[in-house]
Amino acid sequence: MDFKLTEEQLEIKSAVREFCLKEFTPELAMECDREEKFPWDLHRKAARLGFVGIHFPEEYGGGGYGVLENVLVVEEMCRVDSTLGTAIMLGDFACDLILRHGTEEQKERWLPKVARGEAVSAGAFTEPARGSDITKMDTTAVKEGDEWVINGTKTLISNATIASFFITLCQTNPEAEPTYRGQSLIIVERETPGVDVTKIGGKLGIRSSPTGEVSFSDVRVPEENLLGELNRGFYHSLYFFDESRIEIAAQAVGIAQGALDRALKYAKEREAFGRKIAEFQAISHKLADMATKVEAARLLTYKAAWVVDHGKLDPMLASMAKTYAGRIAVEVADEAIQIFGGYGYIGEYEVERFYRDAKITEIYEGTREIQKNTIARYLVGR
Amino acid sequence: MGGESPMDFELTEEQLEIKRAVREFCLKEFTDEVMRRYAESEEFPWDLYRKAAQLGFIGIHMPEEYGGQGYGYLENVLVTEEMVRANPELGITLVFGDFGTELILMFGTEEQKRRYIPRITRGEGLSAAAFTEPSGGSDISKRLETVAVKEGDEWVINGSKMFITNANISDFIIVLCQTDLEVEPPYRGQSLFIVDRGTPGVDVDKLTGKLGLKPSQTCSVSFSDVRVPEENLLGELNRGFYHTLQYLNESRLEIAAQGVGLAQGALDMALKYAKERTLFGEPLYRLQAVSHKLADMAIKVEAARLLTYKAAWLADQGETDPMISSMAKVYAARAGFEVVEEAAQIFGGYFFFEDYPIERFYRIAKVIEVYEGTKEVQKDTIARFLLKRPT
Repeated sequence: MDFKLTEEQLEIKSAVREFCLKEFTPELAMECDREEKFPWDLHRKAARLGFVGIHFPEEYGGGGYGVLENVLVVEEMCRVDSTLGTAIMLGDFACDLILRHGTEEQKERWLPKVARGEAVSAGAFTEPARGSDITKMDTTAVKEGDEWVINGTKTLISNATIASFFITLCQTNPEAEPTYRGQSLIIVERETPGVDVTKIGGKLGIRSSPTGEVSFSDVRVPEENLLGELNRGFYHSLYFFDESRIEIAAQAVGIAQGALDRALKYAKEREAFGRKIAEFQAISHKLADMATKVEAARLLTYKAAWVVDHGKLDPMLASMAKTYAGRIAVEVADEAIQIFGGYGYIGEYEVERFYRDAKITEIYEGTREIQKNTIARYLVGR
Repeated sequence: MGGESPMDFELTEEQLEIKRAVREFCLKEFTDEVMRRYAESEEFPWDLYRKAAQLGFIGIHMPEEYGGQGYGYLENVLVTEEMVRANPELGITLVFGDFGTELILMFGTEEQKRRYIPRITRGEGLSAAAFTEPSGGSDISKRLETVAVKEGDEWVINGSKMFITNANISDFIIVLCQTDLEVEPPYRGQSLFIVDRGTPGVDVDKLTGKLGLKPSQTCSVSFSDVRVPEENLLGELNRGFYHTLQYLNESRLEIAAQGVGLAQGALDMALKYAKERTLFGEPLYRLQAVSHKLADMAIKVEAARLLTYKAAWLADQGETDPMISSMAKVYAARAGFEVVEEAAQIFGGYFFFEDYPIERFYRIAKVIEVYEGTKEVQKDTIARFLLKRPT
């Protein structure tokens, strides 16, 4: 065993941290949160420094690192700022599907511009009527000549309003039983006629990451936009989620660590009844609990990432990391507000925003309940 | 500081082999009949202890020259985890057989090591360590009531200690005493002494009626004009408090491992039961309320294990991190308690009967959060280190 990051990994972490401390100002974060604005500038700068798609191979503009290094980048970004960190982290959402299943041509066409920060990607799985259940899709793709004709609606799609393309899960064989054996992934460019995007505003948290509804009316895409195997889209998606939820776990670890950092700093400075509040056992034991949870969540997340980098994806472990890290992010942010007292409730003290941003990690890319179904399935199967 | 090699979350083949060997031993020896016999008699299971020692499972982390196997803390954690997983009553009783011996390993003279350690690792004797006093609980920083005064080339000890494991049957008791009555703060005037079995003036009372851990002996010990030769001083004079803290930072790894083993054992049983038992026409595990409980339990076990292995691995690198050790102990002990509680829930009414082993787990779950530093003391430690870090 070896529980230490390498020198190089620590350098990546501190480079990301340095960048974020300089660029992620609280004022900018509050503005992007208030106005629901994507931080294009920061995204491009982060990409130039290699922090977007650090785990893409170098030939596609990435850093050639592994999932663990991507986890470190995400963790540090979200630690410095939960709102801006999340927005940038989601900038390459679903590109792993192209990495894993794309043709050489698809990889060359889509990945470098995302890694360079010139484009943002999106994955369109969720439908209005189905939520976490993607075993059947109302969005259909029908082959006509050498084109696919897509009709349907996707909702709660991250980056919907800014993405250059949507990796869309469609029903390609409506007769298949079970239905999920007739699904395929198709890449749809945003400018294709018939694609219509509506922003969904007023989110509780991660307001700097735009969310929207995407509808497809007789959208025609060339057949070479099929991603991966025909009618294997469901399986490709599941595999993708098993991996991508490690990134959400990292987001949660970062948010929790960021809330803890702020609570610690405040507890050492703030005085009440003639002493620093950190000297009260009720506060110091809260901090101890928070730190223990962060450490445990980090270990689960690093292990899940490490396992993937060693070619042995363990869906149970990835789900454990995501469930636990998501839960403790909410708990730690909650306790951070408690330590700040009344000020914690006010935007300028930041923990309020961390608290709002934390909750999504228990919901998207498979709710906590879906994760537990996965964990239980593997447990019972052993 | 970064590591020289990449992270690695896997045990080596050799470590896995140790785990398997311990498990095999336990499944064979810890039968229900054996278990019941010792729980009823509240006697120490000498036969099991000797067998475990013969296989090298007692003091596996002691150097070979003192009869150990020369492995590290991580391997000791693995042994503890597997023993407790198979049967917490017997497992904890056995792994506590060498309780306190690490103090001799860490601070003893060559002569003390040769004299005391091999009998323990061979399973011929037990050790005991006496820190807690009737009025003191977790606080050993106060002026101790147990006092050692130098007279000629002997130390004369008077006082009493409470909740001392193995004291009635051990080869020796390592006793933390106040040796300087004037010094402020008082913990700068404490020292450790080895008191041999049979020394006149030592009076040991076995405490019975414990909630669980019945085969493990727990005692109160009183010392009346107990005379020990000066060479029985262990470590440095007046540094006993510091020696003890350093020891506890490492011994709590073993307690964390007990928590992990307890939780894993309870999860094993609950999982098996949920697969076999049917309710409303289908296996219990198909009920989402049950399967989600199992998922939560498994997460806690995995998180507790990672914290514990990391703490032990750091100790093996010579970089013991008291904060991580305390985190491991707090988290694993809590996980043990919570997982056992949920396992009992899955067993329903059957959990309440001693024929179902989950009942034994339930009896033991609480004590892991209490001994070797309550969870409150651990949180004090974690907070102290956290607040020292620059923000």
